[in-house]
Amino acid sequence: MRKTFGFHGGIHPPENKRQSVRTPIAEAGIPPELIIPLAQHIGAPASAVVTVGERVLKGQMIADARGFVSVPVHAPTSGVIHAIEDRLIAHPSGHLAPCIVIATDGKDEWLPHSGTPDYEALDTADLINVIRNAGIAGMGGAGFPSAVKLSLKPDMHIATLIINGTECEPYITADDILMRERADHIIAGAKILRHIITPDETLIGVEDNKPESIAALLAAAQDSGIEIVVFPTKYPSGGEKQLIEILTGKQVPSGGLPSQVGVICQNVGTAVAIYEAVVQGRPLISRVTTVTGNSLREPQNFQVLIGTPMSYLLERAGYQAEKNNRLIMGGPMMGFTVPDAGVPIVKTTNCLLAPTESELPTPPPAQACIRCGLCAEACPVSLLPQQMFWFAQGKEFDKLEHHNLFDCIECGACSYVCPSHIPLVQYYRASKAEILQLRRDHEKAEQSRIRFEARQQRLEQAEAEKEAKRAARKLAAEQRAQAASTEGAQDPIEAAIERAKAKKASQQGGVSAESELDKLEKAVVTTRKRLDTATTKLEEARAQGSDLVEALQAGVEKTRSKLAEAEQALHNYLASQNAVSAERPPQDAAQAAIEKAMAARALDAALSPTEKARADLAKLQQRLQKSQDSLARSRTNGDEAKIIEALESTVARLTEKISVAQQQLNTAEHA
Amino acid sequence: MALIRLTSPHAHGPMSTQRVMQNVLLATVPGIIVLTHFFGFGTLVNIAWGSVVALACEALALKLRRRPLGFYLKDCSALVTAFLLCIALPPYSPWWLIAVGIASAILLAKQLYGGLGYNPFNPAMAGYVILLISFPLQMTAWAPPRGLGEMPGLLDALQACFSPQLYDGITMATPLDLLKQNNSLLIDDLWQQNPQFGRWAGIGWEWANIAFLAGGAWLLYQRIFTWHAPVAMLASLSLLAAVFYDGGSSASGGSPLFHLLSGATMFGAFFIVTDPVTSAVSVRGRLIYGALIGALVYIIRVRGNYPDAVAFAVLIMNFAAPFIDYYTQPRTYGHGGKQGEP
Repeated sequence: MRKTFGFHGGIHPPENKRQSVRTPIAEAGIPPELIIPLAQHIGAPASAVVTVGERVLKGQMIADARGFVSVPVHAPTSGVIHAIEDRLIAHPSGHLAPCIVIATDGKDEWLPHSGTPDYEALDTADLINVIRNAGIAGMGGAGFPSAVKLSLKPDMHIATLIINGTECEPYITADDILMRERADHIIAGAKILRHIITPDETLIGVEDNKPESIAALLAAAQDSGIEIVVFPTKYPSGGEKQLIEILTGKQVPSGGLPSQVGVICQNVGTAVAIYEAVVQGRPLISRVTTVTGNSLREPQNFQVLIGTPMSYLLERAGYQAEKNNRLIMGGPMMGFTVPDAGVPIVKTTNCLLAPTESELPTPPPAQACIRCGLCAEACPVSLLPQQMFWFAQGKEFDKLEHHNLFDCIECGACSYVCPSHIPLVQYYRASKAEILQLRRDHEKAEQSRIRFEARQQRLEQAEAEKEAKRAARKLAAEQRAQAASTEGAQDPIEAAIERAKAKKASQQGGVSAESELDKLEKAVVTTRKRLDTATTKLEEARAQGSDLVEALQAGVEKTRSKLAEAEQALHNYLASQNAVSAERPPQDAAQAAIEKAMAARALDAALSPTEKARADLAKLQQRLQKSQDSLARSRTNGDEAKIIEALESTVARLTEKISVAQQQLNTAEHA
Repeated sequence: MALIRLTSPHAHGPMSTQRVMQNVLLATVPGIIVLTHFFGFGTLVNIAWGSVVALACEALALKLRRRPLGFYLKDCSALVTAFLLCIALPPYSPWWLIAVGIASAILLAKQLYGGLGYNPFNPAMAGYVILLISFPLQMTAWAPPRGLGEMPGLLDALQACFSPQLYDGITMATPLDLLKQNNSLLIDDLWQQNPQFGRWAGIGWEWANIAFLAGGAWLLYQRIFTWHAPVAMLASLSLLAAVFYDGGSSASGGSPLFHLLSGATMFGAFFIVTDPVTSAVSVRGRLIYGALIGALVYIIRVRGNYPDAVAFAVLIMNFAAPFIDYYTQPRTYGHGGKQGEP
């Protein structure tokens, strides 16, 4: 006997399973109209591939999957597409949803189909595709596309494959009767699943309140290597996470998937559907549904076509509408009421419960919570429902999340035991919805904020660029003016070249000019840039008193000499070209600018030595004034000693230069 | 029949708040019988009068708060408060004392906070402490147990309650009083010199405690509450008593058995500490809550100014309950622990 584990909490509600297993599964038959919703599973709804008036055959695909998490829908019988429109479906919110309506013709004519009994020859991916194309979604209630569950990452190892035959909800016997009558199909389906995911072990978990099922499964599983594990009955053992804990002792991490702990869980109904799809080639077009409750004369299980209106099924079970107070799809613990008996059976409808008022009485008004803690004792995920109720009432969402609201599986155990009849699960559902809505709103607001800030930044940047350009132009103009008057400066030429180059680029759009000149110009510009960077770095290093000062100093010297070389080369080149260009008219703007600069230099040269010396002196005095100003500023700001020293030396140098210039002026005047 | 729309779950268990309260009332019966046997009809008269006052106060508060009377009176919580407070009061208390206590409990400690489920303090204990501080003389006047004085009859009890000025009853120090006042006698001598002491603790008291223990055990069996808080309280009280017993010198704090069967120990453990509204909620929380009450009971009994301490200990821990809750949240499924390998 295999060791099983327990899980926290749980309850033992009256089972009420006997009444619906007295007779074998009955064929429900073909209703005149089938209403087939396009969304019967978790994920994207299928999209219709048939048109109104088209005749379809049994098993023909009428809506195709859209996206990865989606499955197609097939015609459950032959007939004519009567309409594709919104109809009332079985959904907690009672809303309308797109459905394909088939007017059945009673012929039940199959589309030619064939299965693959030797599926082991098939590739795993192909096999998963077969399952997906057969429209199979989890049949235990949630309806998660089975193919998605089976599509594992190649590096993922599954230790345990669990076939869930627990069926812990009261009243429901669809899986029970399936295990009794079709145990061999379940085992065959389990083998296919085992072939796909190659687990270390394959287990079928069954509660001990189903001895007939256990016996049937044991007989069918002989020599298959599939183990039937029986454990004590307790609600909600059939919850995927609870069953995993019971059978393996492992807990699925919060917000994670069972495959993260090496487990995959599939319902017994799903195993049968997979067997039929793979071996017989039949898509999922019908299922076993328990129709039960005291307002029915003959509660029983039906093999029912997907899309069959509930009213049709209820009639087959001897429905006494006047006794029925509510119609529940699913069981009494987790099922939801449907607004109308006309809604269709879907792939996930395991039970249709039509109780009388005395059977499931309308709950009395809720009393105050006395914090008795019965709910916390019953909670299968170890939450504190009474605290969460308190927070939910006060809309304290952060505290709710801190108390792990989102780990609540909505099993209803807390509400079941609550002596004050508080609809706890309803509070949690509402709070979850509200928190999700808040999150979405917050995300939206966040995105708007990011967009707004990006726009703001863009505008600011554009403005800053404009400003920088303006400043650069101003600076360039100043430099030009300054350089134009400095002796022996090559700068005006340089500036002119750069200016002209920009102009040329905009005018000619990059037509090839004299490549030699370009190269030289580029060399000068890049070297200058490097020198600038090196100088800045050196200054920074000085300011920080770094050890690298010497090395940087050497670098700066080297770059400076390289710049001089580059400039010399350019100068030489231009001089050699000048002779030629003097004879012919300037060819382009660059040439013109160069010539203009040369002319300026000539003018400069044309100045009398006295005038020149006087201008130089004035410039130097200006610079001295500036340097002294910045020195004074540095002193008052209390800058670092190194900066002050540097400024002092500049001042001293300028003073010296001024005295030289003065002398020159004197000589010039006296000459 | 029109189909109704409801959210799951549709099934509901058999338990109701009303039944919880009725079970608690029922579980006090053995204790009340023993108290009546040993101390006369005083407790019964207390309870009868207290219940009337409690229902009246509850009805008044509900009317002022515009709540449906029948729906809330039916939950029996006011009766539980009345029973618990009146059991704790000395028998043969005057009517006004009971009325003031009950009114404080129902109006101040319960309805002012929002009624059942919203009160941070145990109403019965709050009422008791208000009386103890306001009327210490009346609150410490316990009748002698059967065999140590003339047993008043039912008429005497009624007279004591409703025309207290005409009633001339005798009172006697309780065993806990004697132990507190003792500073020269060895425990054994104290035992011999005072007729109030019985086999394990005080005459009458020991049996009353055993009766309340029985009632509590029955509630436990009915799954009205869990064992954690009461057992933790009794364990910590016994442990401290055992550690400081010192073999029975004149400075001894009394034996563990004496403490377990004296005063309101069992009554407190099973009827007060288990009050779900005002206690900690998680299993670990209830263990801590109970254990600290047990420790406080011992400390106040032996070192404090009052002979019995359950009311003070419970009220102090009522303050601490939300704090305990904050730090004892249970580990939710899938949050660490048993992930991955078992």
